[in-house]
Amino acid sequence: MAFNIIVLAKQVPDTRNVGKDAMKADGTVNRAALPAIFNPEDLNALEQALLIKDSYPGTKITLLTMGPGRAAEILREGLFRGADDGVLLTDRAFAGADTLATSYALSMAVRKMGSYDIILSGRQAIDGDTAQVGPQVAEKLGIPQITYAEAIEEVKAGQIRVKRRLEHGVEVVACPLPAVITVNGSAASCRPRNAKLLQKYKHAKTITERQVEHIDYIDIYSSRPYLNLTEWSVADVEADPKQCGLSGSPTKVKKIENVVFQAKESRHLSGSDAEIDELMRELIVNHTIG
Amino acid sequence: MANFYTDTPQFRHYLHHPLMKRIVELKERNYADKEKYDYAPMDFEDAMDSYDKVLEVVGEICADIIEPNAEEVDQNGPTVENGRVTYAAPTQQNLNALNKAELMGMGLKRRFGGLNFPMVPYMMSADIVSRADASFQNIWMLQDCGETIYEFADEEQKERFLPRIVQGETMSMDLTEPDAGSDLQAVMLKATYNEKEKQWYLNGVKRFITNGDADIHLVLARSEEGTKDARGLSMFIYDKRNGGVNVRRIENKMGIKGAPTCELVFKNARAELVGTRRMGLIKYVMSLMNGARLGIIAQSVGICEAAVREAYSYALERRQFGKPIIEFPPVYEMLANMRARTDAARTMLYETSRFVDIYKTLEDISRERKLSPEERDEMKRYSRLADAFTPLGKAMSSEYANQNAYDAIQVHGGSGYMKDYKCERLYRDARITNIYEGTTQLQVVAAIRHVTTGTYLQRIKEYEAMPVNPELEQLKRVLKQMAEMYEKSVELVTSQKDEDYLDFHARRLVECAGHLVMGHLLLQDASKDAALFRHSAEVYIHYGEVEVLKNYNFISRSGIEEMAYYKPTIAEE
Repeated sequence: MAFNIIVLAKQVPDTRNVGKDAMKADGTVNRAALPAIFNPEDLNALEQALLIKDSYPGTKITLLTMGPGRAAEILREGLFRGADDGVLLTDRAFAGADTLATSYALSMAVRKMGSYDIILSGRQAIDGDTAQVGPQVAEKLGIPQITYAEAIEEVKAGQIRVKRRLEHGVEVVACPLPAVITVNGSAASCRPRNAKLLQKYKHAKTITERQVEHIDYIDIYSSRPYLNLTEWSVADVEADPKQCGLSGSPTKVKKIENVVFQAKESRHLSGSDAEIDELMRELIVNHTIG
Repeated sequence: MANFYTDTPQFRHYLHHPLMKRIVELKERNYADKEKYDYAPMDFEDAMDSYDKVLEVVGEICADIIEPNAEEVDQNGPTVENGRVTYAAPTQQNLNALNKAELMGMGLKRRFGGLNFPMVPYMMSADIVSRADASFQNIWMLQDCGETIYEFADEEQKERFLPRIVQGETMSMDLTEPDAGSDLQAVMLKATYNEKEKQWYLNGVKRFITNGDADIHLVLARSEEGTKDARGLSMFIYDKRNGGVNVRRIENKMGIKGAPTCELVFKNARAELVGTRRMGLIKYVMSLMNGARLGIIAQSVGICEAAVREAYSYALERRQFGKPIIEFPPVYEMLANMRARTDAARTMLYETSRFVDIYKTLEDISRERKLSPEERDEMKRYSRLADAFTPLGKAMSSEYANQNAYDAIQVHGGSGYMKDYKCERLYRDARITNIYEGTTQLQVVAAIRHVTTGTYLQRIKEYEAMPVNPELEQLKRVLKQMAEMYEKSVELVTSQKDEDYLDFHARRLVECAGHLVMGHLLLQDASKDAALFRHSAEVYIHYGEVEVLKNYNFISRSGIEEMAYYKPTIAEE
């Protein structure tokens, strides 16, 4: 048995080391000021894919990422750890996407890839912390989703069983394939880069990288096809430009403030409508929201 | 993210030494593997880039996994039950991580699945692993036994065993016995050949065997019945899959607790001969030992580095009399000496590794084709230098590992004496480095002939001829004066033509050679990168100058007659 796995990964600014210039004046993240890394929980997701491949060696893992040209870096990082292929979704028209436009674009790329059994991604990215993209991709593709996955307990033809890490315990659920699984940070850490794969794939480049950078070994890209990283535009995935990037994003950032959490006490609400109404009123009155 | 490779810029400095061009060119046979293996380099720059990138992976695994595991490894250690050893869980985790990263069989050829790395980047990995956990470095470094199989076993054996090492099977070298320690000629483990079965069997006991429950063992055994010396010993491979060897006990050691040190009982254990009978000790063990000694230099350097870093960060943090203790001259002097010793031992490690790289690779090429006369000369020259530098480096660096570990505790004060701080483990781990693979006293025995025949002096003269930046000329003059003092000391001792007298002063003479060699190497380093090495060069050469003078004074005042005061008087029964 073998599976086709797509791992959705994102290159993110390393928000664990935030300096003063982390935000631009317009309220968006200043990506140039922060080191770009493989989103940590996406690495947990990749490890789950690699574990399946360990058990079923014919399994194929394709990394899919959307971002600027330099996001190709995380495709290589994935190949160094055992992924088989990488696709970079890149186009000016994808820029400024919120989670809705992102999941639309990713779902269009997944459709173009054709057959797949499992889509894995991290629970959320450390730059936005929304945890929305994975579930939205599942919705757009019309397939089941399992969120907060900590371990994939079993995969067999047409079915997957997953342990979920929830606030107060764990839950084991099963669902038919294909499905989207979003993986928690508490899942197994990703294995280190492999010394042989690192040497094998270190020259892997997208066509754009080969055009803009000085490349030392031109002829290897024809003799070693695996060194060509796929790059897709809006047109390549037959996406509707209006649903992509800024124009496809209903979310508008009005202002970003640095908030230091000062409250020392916490309140537990049961979640009744009356309680929520009361809380909303309170927050509007003290200008926390509104 | 912490990384033990990138946080130590000395590595990249040594990786980019000019001699690397020649080493890589030889090692890669003009990059012929690129047609056959997708991970082979295209050219020199590509190979160097691969070493750098792979070392970054090593540095990451060491910082993220091996070092954080080290405390638990030290506390729990391996266990033995029913003759089989189980590593401490985190030790196994370390091995798994390195296996997944395919970092086993680093030096082996690609046709066996290895990475075909030269000694220089391979020893850098050993250096980094040791900084993270010296006890784990023992287990990891034993993959080097594969080199002995590669050199001396037949093709069929190589094809059977070497890929298994690459896949992560562990190794051990079974030499020592209860009555054969430093004196391996006394090995008694019996190898008998059953003519009918065409099969060797091993019977007897081995002691103090590091990683003694390994998958693949190299065993030194007496194959020639009735012999009593080195010429009756042969080398065997014992494969654990065949059974016949049990671990009777594991030693309760002072340090390197993560590496099981085993007493082994061989009971009709099936084994296979490596190479030719009777060559076990004379040829194969000598080669095995040289490789292992280089590994101990790397282990010592790693401990030196760990110790200086522990001491430094503690001295920055700890405040007394209203300021951090690092601001007090007696403390920062200790720290500067620790850094200087670390840099001195490390520059020696990579100089020696380069020598080994060139001669071993040429030796390997000579199995494929005839060497040109120039290549033969080159091989001889570097082989001699490697032979001279390996025991010298082992003696000096292992003593420095001890000194650094000692000073690290001193900087910590009372806290350092408690089990709570890492420096306490380093102190225990360091203590074996100047004992195993030949004590310092035995390294001196190997090194002294290079004092008397002038190998060191000749190399020192070559260093003197190398240009340095003008601001370092003064230091070079100091080194030249030290060399004169060294020559005088050698003359004082050798002119007596007395073996005992030479043995008496041998360590002093070898140490002088060590200070000179390492002083010159640091001077060259400082000339290329002052920011990184100037301080260490200054501190080390001044320290060495005093040591050389001290030894000279001692030698000039201790003639043959004075030896009598040191000789024990043993009462006759």
